[in-house]
Amino acid sequence: MKLAFHHRPEVPIEAEVITPEKLAGLSEAEVSALPLQYGNERVPLGEFFRVSGRYEGEILVEGDLSRVKMIGSGMSAGRIVVDGDAGMHLGVGMSGGEIVVKGNAGDWVAPDLSGGRITIHGNAGHLVGSAYRGSAMGIRGGEILIHGNAGNEAGNAMRRGLIAIGGDCGDFGGVNMCAGTLIVLGRLGARCGASMKRGSIVSMQPAPLLPTFGYACRYEPLYLRLYLLHLKRLGMSVGEAHIEGPYRRYSGDAIETNRGEILLLDA
Amino acid sequence: MRVENAEVVDTFAEAFAMWGSRVIITAVSPVWAMAAARAMTGFATSVIGCKCEAGIERELPSAETPDGRPGVSVLLFSMSADSVGKRLLERVGQCVMTAPTTACFNGLTAEQEAAVGGKLRYFGDGYQIAKFLDGRRYWRIPVMDGEFVVEDRFGVKSSVGGGNLLILGPDLPVTLAAAEAAVAAMRQVPGVILPFPDGIVRSGSKPGSKYKGLPASTNDAYCPTLRAFAPSTEVIPEAGCVLEIVIDGLDLEGVREAMRVGIGAAAAHGALRITAGNYGGHLGQYQIGLHSLLAA
Repeated sequence: MKLAFHHRPEVPIEAEVITPEKLAGLSEAEVSALPLQYGNERVPLGEFFRVSGRYEGEILVEGDLSRVKMIGSGMSAGRIVVDGDAGMHLGVGMSGGEIVVKGNAGDWVAPDLSGGRITIHGNAGHLVGSAYRGSAMGIRGGEILIHGNAGNEAGNAMRRGLIAIGGDCGDFGGVNMCAGTLIVLGRLGARCGASMKRGSIVSMQPAPLLPTFGYACRYEPLYLRLYLLHLKRLGMSVGEAHIEGPYRRYSGDAIETNRGEILLLDA
Repeated sequence: MRVENAEVVDTFAEAFAMWGSRVIITAVSPVWAMAAARAMTGFATSVIGCKCEAGIERELPSAETPDGRPGVSVLLFSMSADSVGKRLLERVGQCVMTAPTTACFNGLTAEQEAAVGGKLRYFGDGYQIAKFLDGRRYWRIPVMDGEFVVEDRFGVKSSVGGGNLLILGPDLPVTLAAAEAAVAAMRQVPGVILPFPDGIVRSGSKPGSKYKGLPASTNDAYCPTLRAFAPSTEVIPEAGCVLEIVIDGLDLEGVREAMRVGIGAAAAHGALRITAGNYGGHLGQYQIGLHSLLAA
């Protein structure tokens, strides 16, 4: 099924209907009639998208969707390919399946993610895989792969899962992290891992660490090979030096349980 | 039936339903991966005395292992899925975790699973860390050279144990050479192991004994020194030595294929007679006819 975005909205659209579960089994006319939230109005999907074909495992969404929010909301299976940019809250509540964005993604990629994989070939905004404000828990599983850079607070309070950033990461990466893995192939921003309880933050560049992180040792973390080989297979720019290490291990945050770790490549 | 100069007896090997698992051991070098694999498969020749049967399936190049390091594939069999789990826990804990630089991964997708890393993690005394990647859970257990990474659960599947060949030769050197050739050929078959020392056993057994409490005793029918006065003998006059090869496999087809190539190799290297051990078909779940192997 193909959804071609044919004109840019003046205000953002909430398109939580663009998800395999809601489009499966529907005709083009039925899909066109599904409601979108456009400002304070409900408008039919056909007002912004030209629909062609039926859903057979993949939804191709074309156009500049940077003002289209919540694509892939709650999806549990299937595949969405966004041939362009995607708006905020991409893959919110996703538990399975795959979303591929060929351009950039807005803020709040995959809040409440518990399974599946999101791949963004460009950059992502702030709060990738982050807990919503007021929530104690971020993503609980799944994978978010960003080939470009990501903004602040990536992996805020993440509980499980993998976030990989091919470029640089903004400030407060892994803040409040409970567990899971945040791998940044570029640079970490300031105050990474602040208040983290458990979990792993990895970077291939030196990083300014908070004083509440203590140096443990220089070693080759075997488990990291599994992650990096996995990311390499998925097309991320992982080099042999990343896989072989060694890494400097820091434990923190000492103001919490001190069970988290930051691994910095020390090639 | 004759193959080369060997007579292949029209009989069958009686094999048993067992449960099996595949363990992938990796390390910083092939030497250390093999050291752990040898330790893990030591004292694992027969369930009668060792509680399990285990052997090295093959060495694995870096490209075929989960962590991209050199590895060794080990198969371990026992009489129940529960027992396989217990043996894995003992042997991974005592033989693999202890060896420097190793990691240990499940190599078998199966409906039944045994918790291995999920129990070994307690060795970490609260410092262990779980990682969940691509549908598989791993445990990082802090050890003195860094961390031991072990997979949480290992697949356990119904398998076949006790396939066997008995090779009769004119003397020890020729019979041993024939058995060694058979072992070399059989080890090329995937999914099988030969659990005895370098694949060969000289102390074949029969069930029971004249002594109470012994579950098995020497297979007198195949002992050349007893040929003149044992109640019955299977040792032909031309033979001065008998060696056995036992085969365990993850499926019956693998065991059959290993036996087939083993017969051919032994026959080509001086065996006089090739036969197989059975219990009249009363004990084992599988009967593997030697002639049927050669006819296939």
